[in-house]
Amino acid sequence: MEFRLRVWRQAGPDAPGGFEEYLARDVKEDMSILEVLDQVNQDLVQQGRDPIVFESDCREGICGVCGLVIDGVPHGEPKKTTTCELRMRHFRDGQTITIEPFRAGALPIIKDLMVDRTALDQLIQSGGYVSTRVGSSPEANTIPVAKQDQEEAMDAAECIGCGACVAACPNGSAMLFVGAKVSHLAKLPQGRPEAAKRVTAMTERMQELGFGNCSNHYECQAVCPKDIDVKFIARMNREFIKGLFKKKN
Amino acid sequence: MELDGRVPSGPIQDKWDKHRMDGLKLINPANKRKYKAIVVGTGLAGASAAASLGELGYNVEAFCYQESPRRAHSIGAQGGINAAKNYQNDGDSIYRLFYDTIKGGDFRAREANVYRLAQLSTAIIDLCVAQGIPFTREYGGLLANRSFGGAQVSRTFYCRGQTGQQLLLGAYQSMMAQVQTGRVTIRGRREMVDLVLVDGEAKGVIMRNLRTGELESYAADAVILASGGYSTVFNLSTNAVGSNVGAAMRAYRKGAYFANPCYTQIHPTCIPFSGRHQSKLTLMSESLRNDGRVWVPRKKGDTRHPSQIPEQERDYYLERKYPSFGNLSPRDISSRAAKEVCDEGRGVGETGYAVYLDFEDAFNRLGSEIMDERYGNLFEIYHQITGEDVHQEMRMRIYPAPHYTMGGLWVDYNLQSNIPGLFVLGEANFSDHGANRLGASALMQGLADGYFIIPYTIGNYFARTNPGQVDTDRDEFAQCRDEVARRNKELLAIQGNKTAHELRIELGDVMWDHVGMSRSRESLRKALQEIGRVREEFWNNLQVPGSDDSLNQELEQAWRLAESLDFAEVMAHDALNREESCGCHFRVEYQTEDGEALRDDQNYAYVSAWEHSGVGREPTMHKEPLEFEEVSPSTRSYK
Repeated sequence: MEFRLRVWRQAGPDAPGGFEEYLARDVKEDMSILEVLDQVNQDLVQQGRDPIVFESDCREGICGVCGLVIDGVPHGEPKKTTTCELRMRHFRDGQTITIEPFRAGALPIIKDLMVDRTALDQLIQSGGYVSTRVGSSPEANTIPVAKQDQEEAMDAAECIGCGACVAACPNGSAMLFVGAKVSHLAKLPQGRPEAAKRVTAMTERMQELGFGNCSNHYECQAVCPKDIDVKFIARMNREFIKGLFKKKN
Repeated sequence: MELDGRVPSGPIQDKWDKHRMDGLKLINPANKRKYKAIVVGTGLAGASAAASLGELGYNVEAFCYQESPRRAHSIGAQGGINAAKNYQNDGDSIYRLFYDTIKGGDFRAREANVYRLAQLSTAIIDLCVAQGIPFTREYGGLLANRSFGGAQVSRTFYCRGQTGQQLLLGAYQSMMAQVQTGRVTIRGRREMVDLVLVDGEAKGVIMRNLRTGELESYAADAVILASGGYSTVFNLSTNAVGSNVGAAMRAYRKGAYFANPCYTQIHPTCIPFSGRHQSKLTLMSESLRNDGRVWVPRKKGDTRHPSQIPEQERDYYLERKYPSFGNLSPRDISSRAAKEVCDEGRGVGETGYAVYLDFEDAFNRLGSEIMDERYGNLFEIYHQITGEDVHQEMRMRIYPAPHYTMGGLWVDYNLQSNIPGLFVLGEANFSDHGANRLGASALMQGLADGYFIIPYTIGNYFARTNPGQVDTDRDEFAQCRDEVARRNKELLAIQGNKTAHELRIELGDVMWDHVGMSRSRESLRKALQEIGRVREEFWNNLQVPGSDDSLNQELEQAWRLAESLDFAEVMAHDALNREESCGCHFRVEYQTEDGEALRDDQNYAYVSAWEHSGVGREPTMHKEPLEFEEVSPSTRSYK
């Protein structure tokens, strides 16, 4: 197969950017799109040109580092796929493919396709945990957890923190990311004692960091490689309101 | 020189307790804040160490090459984590977990370390549940277990097929809670390019800021390396593409001993190799072997669709050769058996280097719903990569791939290397798995090291030092920075015709062909020559564009490959020295009549620890004899 790639190139955070075109030849259908970029980069390096900067690590859809916007969609089509798992069999031979970085106010571009997602770490830092001490845990089976609660917590906990939800949202909101963490922990008895404090702190931090609010577009779930459900945003709102009452009291 | 692991005396079950009381000094709570530790790597071992040290009141600066600590490759572990809880009432105990681990490691691990690991295993589960890790549960609300290779009890705890992800996020979140208190600082996008010694003790690191290219100096009272293993020396492996042995090799150059580098685990269940373009191999959790049956056609070159091959023409070779463990035989044995049948010409798939993992029986027995609950995400990964739906095909094609490395920097019972002040945790050390690691034991070891061992043992080191003695203005830091800068300039100045990527593939081929699943004296000598050839080519014909004072991913790759090339040599020397077969180290000269590993306890019951003796010179070997007081080494039999 052969493809024309339109790739966003940008020298630095404040430099102007633009598209450049590259030809990808000898592409096999079970290659991932990142392997196609690898191949293009090899040619560029051999020509002594500046290779395209993009990030990836695990290349098996779990580390969450590889987000690119492919033909306008974070992580591209089909659904429930990270960029590193996106195989070329999903494209038409000869097609032009447009590749851009995630774009959101809170995730600034570093170079080319690489963005800065440390804002997501700061969100977790503000409260996305259970305060435990290494030495003070009760025996693991002391508190039974209903299987459906644990399963729902796990559905939320599967978030890989890639930021596609933020990139897809017209408001650049991180509500799905925060909602997933708030719900994961709120759904389990271990996370209840801090539930109100957590949701309040994370929501405040989200606003400080320049993420937008949710206005129910649901683009986030549509692009989420782990299909995290927007119902977790609803749960987050509920926890937030519950938290307001707690604060008053 | 004989190395001393400094194992405490006394009965094995009391060693750790007694050591904490008599052997390890404590630091007064008010003094803890005066000490600072550097943690390199934020996987399970690094993140848990940073979290627990921060919680105790120490200052911690944690570094990772990824943008965020949550991306470390522990996140890729799928199957689970072992613990001797005996929730299943099936006869598990601390002693049994200890015994299984020692035996699984083919009697090449230090007994006292392994026993401590088994003791700590239960506390890890308690802590993880308290952190809110959503382990899979039974309908009654209590924790579920699954079976794993090399054990006849069911002791593995899991979160669907993403156990590593959940445990890592738990450790990461605990660490972020400490960042919030101000005791832990995270510095991402930093690669450790040197270890700084002051008066022979580890007191700092040089980091290359991958975003700016700047060389930064950091000083501390001790340095903890938790930088993972060396599987990427084979190029394709189940590791992340960025995983590398660089940090450990920098310590090795500064005098830290590299122990048992010849032990690499080749994981039996990965999606097979498909072509040169491939950037990594993807693991399919070993837990699949609980319900999957491994087979190849009896006939050579049988190209029929698997569903057309009748039962009597299939060879369920693991069930045939190892009737009592069958499809759950340990990883080394399962991998070698797969290679054997493929070498005989009975492999399947396009390349002939694959075997079937068949779920037809399991689907019939359990139904789609239960199978999806257990393995749904694995079926999805398989579908994404190969385009095949397991629900329709009823089977996968799998083949072994480099996965985990049991060798690593040498450490004593306190997890301290031979350089005072340098501690090594997780996959980066050599301590607990001998010549082969059992499934679901890596997560256990990473967390035991980070949460439950280092908080005590580092205090003992601090107790004999004054805090804050070293700052980055010292000459030692400037010297290290200069050396790193010189090396970067050298890499940029070659301006040859081959990319680091091409040379990485060349080295990987050499290692896979000659130092892979089976080795011989001849292949290892050949490997040493070939490694030399690739290194020669690397230093004379490498092309790295750009500069060293900015973001330069090609330079990062080249740096890591330079370290890999030097490491590859140490690995080959170790494999050549060990004239026996044990665990994952299979020397074709040493096998039984029916092709099983033939250990030589008389001559090789030791840890080989290699000391750097200058660039291009053969490293010097030191031995730590392995003494077995509890178990007597027997021939491993899974028949």
